Amino acid sequence: MTEQSEKSHIDLNQLKAGGFIKERGKDLFSVRLRVPGGRMAVSRLKKIVEVAEKYGGEFVHLSVRQSIELVHVDFKHINDVAEELGDARQKVASCGARVRVPVACGGCEYNPNGLVDTQKSALEADAKLFGIETGHHKFKVAFAGCPADCPKSATNDVGFQGAVLPALDREACIGCGLCIKTCTVGAIIKGENDTPVFASERCIYCGDCIKVCPGEAWKAEKSGYTVHIGGKWGRNPLVGTLFATFLPEEKVVDFISAVLAWYRKNAEGLGRIRLGDVIIRKGAEGLLGDLRAKFPEYVVDKTIPPQIIDRQIGKFREKGR
Amino acid sequence: MHTVDLRGICCPANFVRAKLALEEFETEEDVRFLLDDGEAVKNVPRSLKAEGHQLLSLKETPEGYFILDLKKGED
Repeated sequence: MTEQSEKSHIDLNQLKAGGFIKERGKDLFSVRLRVPGGRMAVSRLKKIVEVAEKYGGEFVHLSVRQSIELVHVDFKHINDVAEELGDARQKVASCGARVRVPVACGGCEYNPNGLVDTQKSALEADAKLFGIETGHHKFKVAFAGCPADCPKSATNDVGFQGAVLPALDREACIGCGLCIKTCTVGAIIKGENDTPVFASERCIYCGDCIKVCPGEAWKAEKSGYTVHIGGKWGRNPLVGTLFATFLPEEKVVDFISAVLAWYRKNAEGLGRIRLGDVIIRKGAEGLLGDLRAKFPEYVVDKTIPPQIIDRQIGKFREKGR
Repeated sequence: MHTVDLRGICCPANFVRAKLALEEFETEEDVRFLLDDGEAVKNVPRSLKAEGHQLLSLKETPEGYFILDLKKGED
């Protein structure tokens, strides 16, 4: 620890993206750490423990968005905390009307359900977009590796869900029926001679048929992300709606940037407002058209505005916002 | 063919039991497993396939359980 002079010296650049959050007690702050996708190298974790023991309280808080938050840090030590964590390349997260740290599931490397590399996407999105000021309100992104969607992607401003479109090679099918048994949404039905028939309109792109198929008869025709936009939770929850399917992993950052640009422009003059509420006010067609021009192969033909969840408390939505 | 009865054992114990049973066999040997309907038949074949065993067939019996035949993969 560097020697502190009696007078507090705070480098305000450290506070630029937020991440230092005022606590109840005098002089005390929580420090929200930047942990994209919730992946924490053990070596970094050791350093965090060291810094927490030196400057923090007796516990850390694991936030719902996969951050570790140091608590009870005296504001005089904000620089020391940021610097010492920086030695282990551990950065501080953001708060306020900015692009937040993306959350993600474990992804496809070791989780057998994972269809896409959500960890890679979360790191990329964080590296390119972290902390950007939206001018309006917070902006959250989540990556789920499969339609089980543990990260609840559609409750984010932009939510990505790993998806795979299956196709059957009839020659390779041994007619075991396991895919029919496994498909929970009834998208594979029994045809002649017990061979499977694919009802693509029912498919949710989970890939269970491909994983279970003993003969490698079910194969991935294409894969990528299903993208829902306009979700949020909080006081007045919205579930985001479908804007793109099978978006390739390498287009994720550009896609989020395009949504962000639309949000910044279209929320102008509407005050502190989340993306989903802007879409409800202006209609989904504007954003859909804007995205279609940039990502014609992946953007869906039509969509609906974010879906309002009636929590049966209050009258907020009736006021027409 | 040897039969390993995994009925009445729930996930993931049935899969672990299957793995332990497979340790007793040689690579390329055929082994038969009896599986309950539901979670067991959805998960166990998929997990065994992921472990490198070759699934040969799966048949439902009139009694409502499943017969899975596989060829043991490399150890």
